[in-house]
Amino acid sequence: MFEHYLSLFIKAVFVENMALAFFLGMCTFLAVSKKVSSAIGLGVAVIVVLTITVPANNLILNYLLKAGALSWTGVEGAENIDLSFLGLLSYIGVIAAIVQILEMFLDKFVPALYNTLGIYLPLITVNCAIMGAALFMVQRDYAFGESVVYGLGAGVGWALAIAALAGIREKLKYSDVPAGLQGLGITFLTVGLMSLGFMSFSGVQL
Amino acid sequence: MAKTDTARGLLITPIFQNNPIALQILGICSALAVTNSMSTSLVMGLAVIAVTAFSNMFVSLIRNHMPSSIRIIIQMTIIASLVIVVDQLLRAFAYDLSKQLSVFVGLIITNCIVMGRAEAYAMQNGPVLSFLDGVGNGLGYTFILLAVGFFRELLGSGSVFGMTIMPTINNGGWYVPNGLMLLPPSAFFVIGLLIWAIRSLSPQQVETSEFRITTNTKPHTAQGSV
Repeated sequence: MFEHYLSLFIKAVFVENMALAFFLGMCTFLAVSKKVSSAIGLGVAVIVVLTITVPANNLILNYLLKAGALSWTGVEGAENIDLSFLGLLSYIGVIAAIVQILEMFLDKFVPALYNTLGIYLPLITVNCAIMGAALFMVQRDYAFGESVVYGLGAGVGWALAIAALAGIREKLKYSDVPAGLQGLGITFLTVGLMSLGFMSFSGVQL
Repeated sequence: MAKTDTARGLLITPIFQNNPIALQILGICSALAVTNSMSTSLVMGLAVIAVTAFSNMFVSLIRNHMPSSIRIIIQMTIIASLVIVVDQLLRAFAYDLSKQLSVFVGLIITNCIVMGRAEAYAMQNGPVLSFLDGVGNGLGYTFILLAVGFFRELLGSGSVFGMTIMPTINNGGWYVPNGLMLLPPSAFFVIGLLIWAIRSLSPQQVETSEFRITTNTKPHTAQGSV
């Protein structure tokens, strides 16, 4: 059991890296990777949000939306209800709500953490990595335990990628780049090379 | 007369001068993974055009009745509903393509272009203009997707829209396909080079460097500037 979870985790961090293998969360990935400190802040926020939202959406799917999922209510005919077409709407709603709640919770109880993470939290609602992880969880039919591990792994992988990119970009700004490639262009090429590097993990199997 | 000019401007400028992907860095998120063939790029582009245009129109229609404190949630709901419609249509009429696109249709919801245009344009302008603005930005997005898809499919499998252009070695032809082009990293390279090309053609888009590199003959002027 433990090995299964470990292999899922490693796979989510390296082999199926959210940013470098599936291009998810690219907007914020490119926009907030100019400084290592802010990149790490955003990375941590993504880890936290993914670890909470993926399992939450897993529960929503299994107890509300899936075909026959409502049979626990005991209402007659409930086992025939299939609400899975509402999936997209519910996931984004759950993500937005959880991010909001997390923001208020941190503001009230952990102000120190709120001051460092707070500014990144609103960005996260529209981060495709969060939504993407929820959709992959649905597509691959993860159980609840697996969804926790997958959410954590996907978050750690994304944070790793953005921290690495920020490190490279901090050095890159001192280098002589052709005019047309300045800024966005060279960043794309860098991410391409990083993505190539991460492809070498694709054979890893535990 | 002025109106047609603006309408045409709305459609054309986002394609080249103010491309949402190449210049505004919006909406790269859900897109690049689908560009390894032309047909998936085209379907994805059409889906984004439809969603952006209609969400812009609906947001614009109710913009005067929305309390601004909950506008994001309302926009999100409109966009999500439209994406559900697109997703269900694709599953009903193009099941194979929707399988290939997998989760990326759903990710149109979090595509920054849709949300960005609703927030930046549709909140201030009338429904018709907003609709056109949505179509224009969708076209700009589709243009980049098709361009990337063209190079990746042509070099990766020697075909365009599934039709063989350069017969590959395996099928008795002469072209040795470049396998890298079908893998994720190539999308980054292609789009990076595409941005380089666009910016070389219109130099006003070039970003200014944070630090200017000075020549070695004048070391005393080599200092950082904003």
